[in-house]
Amino acid sequence: MLRVESLSHSFGKFLVLHDVSLEVNPGRLTALIGPNGAGKTTLYNTVSGRFRPTSGRVFFEGRDITGRPAHKIAPLGLMRSFQITNIFPHLTVIENVLVPLVLQERKAFSLVSSLAREKVLLRRAEEVLDRVGLLAAAYRPAQSLAYGDKRLVEMAVVLARQPRLVLLDEPTAGMNPEETNRMVHLIKDLAERLGTTFFLTEHDMTVVFAVAAQIFVLHQGELLAEGDPQTIRSNRRVREAYLGGSVDA
Amino acid sequence: MAGGSWGPTKRLVGTAVPLMVMVLCPLILPVYWILVLTEVLIMGLFAMSFNLLLGFTGLLSFGQAGFFGAGAYVTAIMIAKGSTSVWLAFVASTLFAGALAVVIGYLCVRRDEIYFAMITLAFGMMLYTVAHNWIEVTGGSDGLPLLSVPELTVLGLRVSLLAPRNMYLLALGVTSLGTWCLRRLVRSPFGLMLTAVRENRERLAFVGGNVRRVRLAAFVIAGGLAGLSGSLFCLFNAMATPTFLHWSFSARPVLMTILGGSSVFLGPAVGAAVFFGLEQVTTQLTHNWMIVLGTILVPVVLFFPRGLLGTVLDLLPKRGGGRG
Amino acid sequence: METFVVNILNGLSWGMLLFLISIGLTTVFGVLGVLNFAHGSLFMLGAYLCMQVMRVFPSFWAGILLGPLVVALLGVVIERWLLRRVYGRDVTFQLLLTFAVLLILDDAVRIVWGPGFHVVEAPAILGGIFPLFRHSYPVYRLFVIAIGPVVGLSLWAFFRFSRWGKVVRAAATDRAMAEGVGIRVPLLFTAVFALGSWLAALGGALAAPHQSVSPSMGDRIIIESFIVVVSGGMGSFPGAFVGALVLGLLESFGTVFAGRTQMALPYVLLAAVLLVRPRGLFGREG
Repeated sequence: MLRVESLSHSFGKFLVLHDVSLEVNPGRLTALIGPNGAGKTTLYNTVSGRFRPTSGRVFFEGRDITGRPAHKIAPLGLMRSFQITNIFPHLTVIENVLVPLVLQERKAFSLVSSLAREKVLLRRAEEVLDRVGLLAAAYRPAQSLAYGDKRLVEMAVVLARQPRLVLLDEPTAGMNPEETNRMVHLIKDLAERLGTTFFLTEHDMTVVFAVAAQIFVLHQGELLAEGDPQTIRSNRRVREAYLGGSVDA
Repeated sequence: MAGGSWGPTKRLVGTAVPLMVMVLCPLILPVYWILVLTEVLIMGLFAMSFNLLLGFTGLLSFGQAGFFGAGAYVTAIMIAKGSTSVWLAFVASTLFAGALAVVIGYLCVRRDEIYFAMITLAFGMMLYTVAHNWIEVTGGSDGLPLLSVPELTVLGLRVSLLAPRNMYLLALGVTSLGTWCLRRLVRSPFGLMLTAVRENRERLAFVGGNVRRVRLAAFVIAGGLAGLSGSLFCLFNAMATPTFLHWSFSARPVLMTILGGSSVFLGPAVGAAVFFGLEQVTTQLTHNWMIVLGTILVPVVLFFPRGLLGTVLDLLPKRGGGRG
Repeated sequence: METFVVNILNGLSWGMLLFLISIGLTTVFGVLGVLNFAHGSLFMLGAYLCMQVMRVFPSFWAGILLGPLVVALLGVVIERWLLRRVYGRDVTFQLLLTFAVLLILDDAVRIVWGPGFHVVEAPAILGGIFPLFRHSYPVYRLFVIAIGPVVGLSLWAFFRFSRWGKVVRAAATDRAMAEGVGIRVPLLFTAVFALGSWLAALGGALAAPHQSVSPSMGDRIIIESFIVVVSGGMGSFPGAFVGALVLGLLESFGTVFAGRTQMALPYVLLAAVLLVRPRGLFGREG
């Protein structure tokens, strides 16, 4: 589904990613782990079109998307969330979700029709909000929500266009245990019900081992190991580099 | 949804009553005030078109006067060449200004905020330079006076625009139409795209939105409407001069919008009224208008960033979310 | 041949003036992140104050010394009491504020000195003409051509090698970090803004004998310096230098070859840069 081939990226003289190759298969919830500075976010950035990788290729569903700008990747069915919540703060929650929907229905340049009359769009927006549990807050300004709920808004925004692959950059960052639990259940639920493939990065190992079927380990810009949770847990190099022995999560 | 909790009947009344008042007031006002009101209307439309960029799309343009003036000159040139249709002049001015905005906008929307402000200023002044120097076409620094203002043909009637009351009503009509169009625009899916660009253009891009294209569309619409108001202004003043394109003229919609409040749809209109009110007071004291504008702008930006209408509405109890 | 050389010299002298102004603009932007719309007005004020000083002490050197100093003080006032209040906010506010200052200063100049133009004489040492081939060329312009790189290099060396220069660059790159190590960033910002204002005014004072002093001086220069910094790249010294010289030469040769369309040349340059390399010659991405 997503194939990364020999991807390298440097910022000036700093080589952040070196010759990374991996493949995410449809239906398998995949995780990318690694210590801070390993290059996880940079990998996401080069895949999702934030910047063009210095070298290497990215394929999505067979299509070469290397270096394509972000707005040309989303319509293909690949969406991402950000480490620092990236939503439309002064818009209401439902308006946040309507933005991707309007784009999907190609109504971005519909100048004269009233948005309030777009019943189909509104219904779909409500469905998405219901799915993440935010329907009750639909008409509140997004910035008035609690931190955890804001991340749910972003999740809703990301899911609105029914993408087939979603890159989640630390979805539980900054969340308390209860919110984290909810997020984990949500991700599992969505993966099952919608068939969306999630590719997430996380620092919280409990989350990773609870949801991931396939794990990639990144260390200092290189792919250190890959495999299912059991394999990764018992991989000595991974333990040394990253988990530091406290693997029994 | 965005727009408040007024039911359709209340909204109709809310629009119809003020409109009626505005239609009827020339019957009781002295000529001087009719003239002032006409100017308020025209500049109000100009300011609202500017705010489509600032308040809704988050783009601060210091060159809108270029499009305003372009519209004025197109009208002046058409009439000088013998055109007798006011409606045709309106259409031509709007389209020409819009076309200019496509070209200039294409270059401007490539960069963000600060650069956008600089570049729009520069291109606005480029248009000023053209108007000032292209003597054959634009009459140079003297401008183009209208030797005769054509009659307006409405529903079979021929109306003279030399009567202040008629000019006022024309301005009211065009401005109302322009405002109605803007209102629909702002409430459309495109309007949502505009606010999305303002709120978080990165997020918009990552959900598939072409930020440049949205901005360009906003810029073209704003430019076209500016041209329309310029056309009206030309008819009102019976001339077009290069001053209409100078950056100091671009300062007007900026000031009006900030005074009234960029976050409210009618903010700029209120700002236009306040602006002219201020002008009435200060021109009695001094000819130096810019220094007054600047001195007022400073405290407003520092202490009342939401503008007059914005601040007032902020103090009222909340009506529930909205993209304002 | 001679016309060619004369054009080059004209282009260089105007280019150097542009460079001085643009350096101030780009430094303030690079360090504070502020685009000072009033920069052209400060330039103009520098010219007027130089002229005014010369009415009291009939010495150009006095004018060029005192004028820019006064403007630098004004810069301190502007930064400290106006700009500082809007640093945390949306960039629109900063733009509006400097725009307001522009409005105030432009009219203030008109009120104090009247709307007409004034002529300032170059000092005697520099007032003569330099025989060039069969023609003669004003020494003053050669002086300007020489001064440009002197100021430019000194500034560059200052920022590159001196301790204060490094402190400024640190604060520009990462404000929070700089404050963390004890650098008094607010004071630094005020100082840099004052420096930028001083440079603009210096440019104005130098420009006074070069062209007539009038209330529309600020207009032209601000547009041109905007074009220079956008073309050269915001925050870049070499960018300002190259951009200014290119524009100066373009305009100089334009007067000869392009007739009236010469006016459009700066904008053509701007358009070309925006199309081909939006971040400017030496600019960084974003």
